[in-house]
Amino acid sequence: MIKKEMIAMLLAGGQGSRLGCLTSTVAKPAVGFGAKYRIIDFALSNCINSGIDTVGVLTQYQPLRLNTHIGIGIPWDLDKNIGGVSILPPYEKSTNAEWYSGTANAIYQNLRYMERYNPDYVLILGGDHIYKMDYEAMLDFHKSRKADVTIACIPVPIEEASRFGVVITDDDSRINEFEEKPANPRSNLASMGIYIFNWEVLRDALITLKDQPGCDFGKHIIPYCHNNGQRIFAYEFTGYWKDVGTLHSYWEANMELIDLVPVFNLYEEFWRIYTSAESIRPQFIGKNGYVERCIIGEGAEIYGVVKNSVIGPGVIIKEGAEVYDSIVMKDAVVGRNTRVHKGILAENSKVGNNCALGMGEEVENEKWPHIYSNGLTVLGEDSSIPDGIIVGKNTVIQGVTEASDYVNSALPSGKCLVKAGEQV
Amino acid sequence: MKLIGLVLAGGNNNKMLQLSAKRAIAAMPVGGAYRAIDFVLSSMSNSHIQRVAVLTQYNSRSLNEHLSSSKWWDFGRKQGGLFVFTPTITQENSFWYRGTADSIAQNLDFLRKSHEPYVAIASGDGIYKLDFNKVLEYHIETGADITIVGKRVGPGVDVSRFGSIETDKENRVVNFVEKPIKNGSDLISTGIYIIRRRLLIDLIEQAASEDRYDFVSDILIRYKEERKIYCYEMEGYWTSISSADAYYNANMDFLKPEVRDYFFKQYPDIYSKVDDLPPAKYNPGASVKNSLLASGCIINGTIEDSVLFKKVFVGNNTTIRNCIVLNDSYIGDNVYLENCIVESRGTIASGASYIGEPGHPKIVVEKSERYRI
Repeated sequence: MIKKEMIAMLLAGGQGSRLGCLTSTVAKPAVGFGAKYRIIDFALSNCINSGIDTVGVLTQYQPLRLNTHIGIGIPWDLDKNIGGVSILPPYEKSTNAEWYSGTANAIYQNLRYMERYNPDYVLILGGDHIYKMDYEAMLDFHKSRKADVTIACIPVPIEEASRFGVVITDDDSRINEFEEKPANPRSNLASMGIYIFNWEVLRDALITLKDQPGCDFGKHIIPYCHNNGQRIFAYEFTGYWKDVGTLHSYWEANMELIDLVPVFNLYEEFWRIYTSAESIRPQFIGKNGYVERCIIGEGAEIYGVVKNSVIGPGVIIKEGAEVYDSIVMKDAVVGRNTRVHKGILAENSKVGNNCALGMGEEVENEKWPHIYSNGLTVLGEDSSIPDGIIVGKNTVIQGVTEASDYVNSALPSGKCLVKAGEQV
Repeated sequence: MKLIGLVLAGGNNNKMLQLSAKRAIAAMPVGGAYRAIDFVLSSMSNSHIQRVAVLTQYNSRSLNEHLSSSKWWDFGRKQGGLFVFTPTITQENSFWYRGTADSIAQNLDFLRKSHEPYVAIASGDGIYKLDFNKVLEYHIETGADITIVGKRVGPGVDVSRFGSIETDKENRVVNFVEKPIKNGSDLISTGIYIIRRRLLIDLIEQAASEDRYDFVSDILIRYKEERKIYCYEMEGYWTSISSADAYYNANMDFLKPEVRDYFFKQYPDIYSKVDDLPPAKYNPGASVKNSLLASGCIINGTIEDSVLFKKVFVGNNTTIRNCIVLNDSYIGDNVYLENCIVESRGTIASGASYIGEPGHPKIVVEKSERYRI
């Protein structure tokens, strides 16, 4: 008989459209992070470090990179005889075929997967946050309160609480009320989108609400449980937790890793973060290379100057290049004598020689001001910039661009140059 | 799948000085992120050899740790696999491996139970890439009984720590001198051989019955007229880390662009055990030039012309020049190191200074208290 006390369901199907062209061909959980990792590594590592060895990963949007990355789960020791990691894409049923229309709907469509493991508890996770969390401690809390549902919550500054779903609790941490993005928040405890459900409670709610269009945990399942008088508790988490939902927060979270003693420390022996390492080569710093306040991944070659930056595996920074305050992702190349300020260069992108990125005054982006902001210059995956191009701030370049795509060899601040690929 | 692999990684070597106190030579860290044995195992894997046995005896703990899974080199699990054989006491035998031939003799069952017709034998201390299938093709083409992979080291190079080979026009071995006193032929044996499995079993059984235990002197040299022994000359980079100086030079070679290109960029790749370390971190005050660094390093000081292995910590205002710093070393503040090999897991106290001679490194084994409370 198969029996797992708690299994995890990891929602990794979303696009993460506020990451702009970083997610045009890749699901957000598969986006690179911290010179080596991918965003989903944190949730997967948390699972195995918490003793959860059965994880269903629900995929839908652009799953190729995610599937390749997870494989059969070897890097996380999730290649188990019973349990382990399973990729759960939407599938055609005998009566109908539908996409995952909401977070809870995705879980509902995989009831049989969960039933197979005969769990007492089901942990619902997102795949798009940077944090280290012991889900076992959360389960202990859940049991100690005899809860039906426990929601992990994090205290946020009260002035920011109106951006979140907040919970109002009693002295015993039991949740009395929910407020979704309240104008005048009465609490600063924000839901992290991490839930532990008693299995029967979850199954009952999913089946009852199965016809709810776009069935969602926050909007439908939790209110349903609340209205039924179920015991819902808030588990307060006080560690580092970073939402990397926007380009700016993504950039910030990367930059926090290079602090002298980072708040989110990857160098602790305890609670390691695992990833699928495609390269194991050492990195090389050339004779004229200079590197300060950086983290650098395997096999990178630095012949220029790099400061305050996060450099992914296999990246080449050529002679005379200067890279500041930037994220350069796996296998990207920065050409000779090229300057990059506050850039995000996605995987396998190429910047030619004698270019300058992130120059000039900040101007609001003409098409997507809510995405390309804070002075960032973003170059999409597999995209390239030819020699001698000057690029301004709040810009995006996607596709293999040529000199003829630029006016006066420049792309001014606030402009977009999208040649290929799907754009939001 | 015509070949199986036998890696002879049992030996110790006092030329490695203090470095061999802790580990077998095959487990020596090489090239920033690898261990010596990765090169032979990767070459075998890339030659589609699926079944490999590593024979080990001396200080094998760190080697065993490294060989924790056949996964790292993509060897088979059901169709083949990676086997590690240390000496065991049986009803017939209660000896350690008394030599290379004896180590094979004690594991003859592995050879008997295989079905592949040929065996590739190699040591664990060579740094190279080799397509074993090309050697096998040559072996079949020449009709050799045994093929030795040889390497021309160039005239004037001291070959006294190698086996020196003389061949005739057809590349048949006519003379083989192990560790010659007088400098002879510059064609040396790399310690890599190909031989038909049935013939190997016969030769090993014969040697064992005569209480002969060494593969080179009791099989190669003894049978060099009796049997057809041919030499296959290998191209490309090859070195063996059989002394402390050679070990230092082999690592320093990786600072040359052509060597890095050969091993890191050209097909095929070298594989190693994955250690799940975070990216290397360069703090304010770091100044690194012409150096290789592995994952998990944290750098606060100056590093020039050096190779730093995994998880090395370098303190403030510390200078490291022309050094090999092995994994998990902690180097305090205001330290000066030049021409040194720093032994792994060591802790060098703040303010220390070690200077070796150019090309003749000082081996630093310091175990100071790492954390003061």
